[in-house]
Amino acid sequence: MRRPKKYQSGEGTQYITRKQALRKLQLSLNDFRRLCIVKGIYPREPKHRRRAQRGSTDIKILYHTKDIKFLLHEPIVWTLRDYKIFARKTGRDRAIRDFKNLKRRINAFPELKIDHIVKERYPTFIDAIKDLDDCLTLLFLFSTFPSLKLIPRSQSILCRRLTIEFLHAIIAGKCLRKVFISIKGYYFQADIKGQKVTWIVPHYYPFQPQSKSEVDFKIMSIFVEFYAIMLGFVNFRLYHSLNLVYPPQFPAGLMQDSEETLSNESAFVSDRIAALNVDLMKSGESTVEEEEEDIDLELLNDESNPEKMQKLRQEAMEIKKLKTLFKGLKFFISREVPREPLVVIIRSFGGKVSWDKTMFPGATFDEHDTTITHQIVDRPSLEDKHISRDYVQPQWVFDSVNQRTLLPVNKYFIGVVLPPHLSPFVDPDRDTYIPPEEKALRDPSLIETKEDSDVEISDEEEEKKEENLDAQLEKAYQDEIADASADEAEKQENNEEEEDTNDPEKKRLKEKKKMAVVSGKPHKENKRLQHKAAIEEHKLQARMVKPRHRGLFRKLIRDQQVKEKEAWLLKKKRKNIEASEKEARKQKKREERRKMLGRA
Amino acid sequence: MTGKLKGAKRKASEIIDEKKRPPNKAEEVSEESENENNLLNGVNNEENDTTDDEGVDELFTSDDDDELSFVSDEEGNYEHVGNISDESGEGSGSEVDSLEEGEEEESDGEDADSESEEAEEESDGNDNEESQREEKVVQNLKNIKISKQNKKKEAAGPSEAPAVDKVVARPDKSAASTSSGFQEYGEDDPDTSDEEDIRNTVGNIPMHWYDEYKHIGYDWEAKKIIKPAQGDQIDDFLKKIEDPNFWRTVKDPQTGQQVVLSEADIDVIKRINTGRVPDGSYNQYEPWIEWFTSEVEKMPIKNIPTHKRSFLPSQSDKKMVSRMVHALKMGWMKTARELKEEKKKGSGPSFYMMWETDTGREDIRRIHDHVAAPKRDLPGHAESYNPPPEYLFDDKEMKEWEKMKDEPHKRKLHFLPQKYSSLREVPAYSRYARERFLRCLDLYLCPRAKRMKLNIDAEYLIPKLPSPRDLQPFPIVQSLVYEGHTDIVRSISVEPKGEYLVSGSDDMTVKIWEIATARCIRTIHTGDIVRCVAWCPNSKLSIIAVASGNRVLLINSKVGDSLLVKKTDDLLAEAPPNDMLESDRIKTAVQWETPKKQEYELGVRIVITHFKPVRQVTWHGRGDYLATVMPEGANRSALIHQLSKRRTQIPFSKSKGLIQCVLFHPVKPCFFVATQHNIRIYDLVKQELIKKLLSGSKWISNMAIHPKGDNLLVSTYDKKMLWFDLDLSTKPYQTMRLHKNAVRCVAYHLRYPLFASGGDDHAVIVSHGMVYNDLLQNPLIVPLKKLETHEKVAEFGVLDVVWHPVQPWVFSSAADKTIRLYT
Repeated sequence: MRRPKKYQSGEGTQYITRKQALRKLQLSLNDFRRLCIVKGIYPREPKHRRRAQRGSTDIKILYHTKDIKFLLHEPIVWTLRDYKIFARKTGRDRAIRDFKNLKRRINAFPELKIDHIVKERYPTFIDAIKDLDDCLTLLFLFSTFPSLKLIPRSQSILCRRLTIEFLHAIIAGKCLRKVFISIKGYYFQADIKGQKVTWIVPHYYPFQPQSKSEVDFKIMSIFVEFYAIMLGFVNFRLYHSLNLVYPPQFPAGLMQDSEETLSNESAFVSDRIAALNVDLMKSGESTVEEEEEDIDLELLNDESNPEKMQKLRQEAMEIKKLKTLFKGLKFFISREVPREPLVVIIRSFGGKVSWDKTMFPGATFDEHDTTITHQIVDRPSLEDKHISRDYVQPQWVFDSVNQRTLLPVNKYFIGVVLPPHLSPFVDPDRDTYIPPEEKALRDPSLIETKEDSDVEISDEEEEKKEENLDAQLEKAYQDEIADASADEAEKQENNEEEEDTNDPEKKRLKEKKKMAVVSGKPHKENKRLQHKAAIEEHKLQARMVKPRHRGLFRKLIRDQQVKEKEAWLLKKKRKNIEASEKEARKQKKREERRKMLGRA
Repeated sequence: MTGKLKGAKRKASEIIDEKKRPPNKAEEVSEESENENNLLNGVNNEENDTTDDEGVDELFTSDDDDELSFVSDEEGNYEHVGNISDESGEGSGSEVDSLEEGEEEESDGEDADSESEEAEEESDGNDNEESQREEKVVQNLKNIKISKQNKKKEAAGPSEAPAVDKVVARPDKSAASTSSGFQEYGEDDPDTSDEEDIRNTVGNIPMHWYDEYKHIGYDWEAKKIIKPAQGDQIDDFLKKIEDPNFWRTVKDPQTGQQVVLSEADIDVIKRINTGRVPDGSYNQYEPWIEWFTSEVEKMPIKNIPTHKRSFLPSQSDKKMVSRMVHALKMGWMKTARELKEEKKKGSGPSFYMMWETDTGREDIRRIHDHVAAPKRDLPGHAESYNPPPEYLFDDKEMKEWEKMKDEPHKRKLHFLPQKYSSLREVPAYSRYARERFLRCLDLYLCPRAKRMKLNIDAEYLIPKLPSPRDLQPFPIVQSLVYEGHTDIVRSISVEPKGEYLVSGSDDMTVKIWEIATARCIRTIHTGDIVRCVAWCPNSKLSIIAVASGNRVLLINSKVGDSLLVKKTDDLLAEAPPNDMLESDRIKTAVQWETPKKQEYELGVRIVITHFKPVRQVTWHGRGDYLATVMPEGANRSALIHQLSKRRTQIPFSKSKGLIQCVLFHPVKPCFFVATQHNIRIYDLVKQELIKKLLSGSKWISNMAIHPKGDNLLVSTYDKKMLWFDLDLSTKPYQTMRLHKNAVRCVAYHLRYPLFASGGDDHAVIVSHGMVYNDLLQNPLIVPLKKLETHEKVAEFGVLDVVWHPVQPWVFSSAADKTIRLYT
């Protein structure tokens, strides 16, 4: 038997470097990149890099040989080659000014068909939903882009169309669960078919000219090319499962891409928002019944685990409540408020929304409509107010959704300093620092009373101090009197003592009297010492960790310590801030009082 | 159209001709002497100009052969061209007929004008047409000139009259022949030249070739044309004076005749000189007549009935249309509108139901061993636009943030937390596009692999051991301190019965203590550093072996039972008869001596003097044998002394390394020798190596053997303690890193399953070491208690630990000059 040479079997043959792959596929690096992005091929991390690289130790980009062979059979490789030919031929036509031929060729531009790749990459619909996060975030970004050299207008229009369609599906399906205003943008989390899909909608206006080294829009554009197709198919299925007509029909004048909307960015945006405030056509009967059945099924499952079942039931009830959170409420959005996220949120929880008719298209009712329950305002003050409605800041909507109830509006009035906006995505049972606001949300009764009592105590203290200041003289006088009386008493005592010493018998008797059965003290274990001993013991046992686990153990301990330290630091910071705030408040109050006194 | 135009030209020239004739005679009469030179110059210039024009002509006419020939003719033969003009003039009558196509007779000038206008209107035509038109314009000009030449000729004089007649006669013929129309005339131009009368037939040659001859070529009948008499300068001058027509007389280069220009010619020349239209009768500013109006004429202009085919639809067209209709019906062909719509529609992707069910999957070739990209982390409170105040950076954190500017990946957060008082104020995040881009890069460029992520608690890694509470008794607290030594206490040992303690120190003394009271009973000065003390394990003897410098002293403790003390004294009093002959190797290494009187009184009974400093001394279990270690002794570094025979053996002939310590097996006749790295076990009876234990450590410090003899505990200077199970393997069963510094000593308890260790970290660690009788069950080792009461002095910590033989008490001696008892 012939002995196999080194690297002719095993890991050495499993991987192929990028350079080799390019040679094998006979593609340029750009085409290869495009192919990889569209097909979802990525480099692999080998188990033993040196072996996989056939002995060389420098880090190379390694692909799985099977992946590259897979690419070899891909029909779009031919389209990519056709592109090359197209570029060459049109270039020639242009050079010899053969415009007739050029026109013909441009008409016959080889289209890149990637439908089959969507199906290949996402075998099931659920797989596609699982991978929707990046897709949505990127498309939402691109839907706001102006026409760029590398990003054709048609692409951003397609992105806009698809994202609006998706948002409509979210609104119709009532699957939005969590929302969050971050400094980066608005986070939305929806529950589609049991999968959590999170996406970010950037704050306006995200486009800034970037250098190529910072951001290469070409690469992003290739991603968008694929993701747009994917989202289209996902939308199609979502619409069908919601009994909606796809593609959705918008009323005349919306989403028509007229000259005005394309040239004017704000018109473009308001057109988009107006399209969101439209009810879509249904193709069949309502789907409410199905949903209820779903919940019942969930409850019927899992009889064995009552605790889990209880939890599930509670969750289901909460979600049911959340879906109709804004039902029957009418919102009016002032013009300074960013409307897009609010429209999506309010509409997906059953509310009705409108805005200034004169400023933007798509308004459904007037500002002076008396049935409006809430007006969302983001300015320090407002001239004419209606009594019949609540004026709230936009954060109220977000916090209410995250809390799954309509929060009291008093903390969110116009011009009020808002309470902190907390992320709904943090794990409630985590072992790191939890800010007091979050604790209050979990258990509101506990914290609020404590705070109140704090304030009261401080007030009392202050009053006491004031009294002290006022009645210093009086007290001093009283002290003097007390001292004088004390002196007299001492003198008397001294006399008594003298008498005692004189009579030893009496003394002995007295001692006898002093002898008594004293109740024994229970042995108290020093808690601190005990704790210390326990720690020592633990430390000693920790030294028995197996040598092969020692590194890991140390790392875990270190991580834990870092976490603890961070939590401690945050706690300390909070404490300091609160103390300084309290001090400032006190100072203010004191000054006010002083002023009052001065006046009086 | 061209025909018409040409016709117009012809007419114009004809008019000129007609007008020209009568004045010709009149001009002969009229005399003007002035301006003649100027005019002549003008004519000459004119000639030059014409040549120029010709050049231009050639440029334009190069496309058309016919025109070319026409021009070439023109160059030499004015007559010929003149003929043409004449011809046209004659044929004008027929031309009028040819104009029947629908145009009424108008004034010729107007006609030409309108034509040119129209031509201009149709300027969108292609180049050819344009060039043709230009040609025509040039021709116009030429014709004018030619006619002028004719006039000259005619004015030449009566001598030319026959020729002129002929000229006139000829066109009559041609007029009849060319009645068909203009076009023929234009095209047949070169042909007509054959019929023309050419007075001079020499052809197109430079006329100066005839300068030397009397004649100037030949006429039609091949007769010489004689040059007219050439006057000299005086004649010219006289002529100038006499002839009033001199200024308008021009020499015909062809015939050499003098030609007198008519009034009309002069008028034309003047006009040309001033840049006006040469024809005086031509009105440039005719009123505009719209020939082709938008109004539809009701009556046909022509009287001819329309042809049949104008009523019948074309068969071929019908066929073509029906074919197209069929194609449209079948969908092979599309209308322009349909095409446009289709293009608009086809520009976007089309979607359909790709997945019929939520979870159903189709079997197609897919990527091998797919690793899904991990999702991005969800945001925490710090990322909020309005976070709780503690998440915002304070000055210190801000400074740190700034410091990490060059290596942003090391920052704890990838963004700077910020607080905005209202949503309205939140700006766009500047790094948003960059973050998305980085994610894209990660997705296609980052190598992926499936890795098991350990999600365990640190507690999980600590082996499950019984709680120390369940393993009592063991020493917990320090109960006594034995103070008295003035230097570090290197070694301690307990009396087998557990009443007394002996200690050896660097202050050159050995002290015997009563354990219960911590009282020093005796102090023995040895005169050298005491490195090791060892109480004889035989409880029937009260001997302490002390390694002090080079000597090993066997000391009677003189404490405890007085009978025992006496018995010991008796035993050590006299040396047994030494019948064995000792070798030199031993003699040079060891001498058994009796102590001096002074020492004897202190209790020293026997002195064994070694050739090198003794580091360790250890007893065999029965108390008869005694082993000593001299690390510097090379191959004689380990010695075994027999007390009863006062004899010394050197067990090893070869050095196997730097011996650290030795040990007797408690039961078997085995001897343990620890070198720096390994431990060798020798059978003393068979005198052979049984086993070699591999410690894997750098430097062994001490070792202790379990009282049952199956387990060995080794301490090393590299912080480790090794538990060897002698039945199991040559490698340690368990390695313990309990100490934070070098471990110096270990000791087993004789009865309890306890062992203790002391190290340079000033701590004594008591552990539970249970050895089971069942061979299949491994020993259980549990660290119990760390006793840290020794004071920290220099770099040395605890130097020796010893267990009480009966009680679970442990003694430790340390560099802080004390001995401590823990109970």
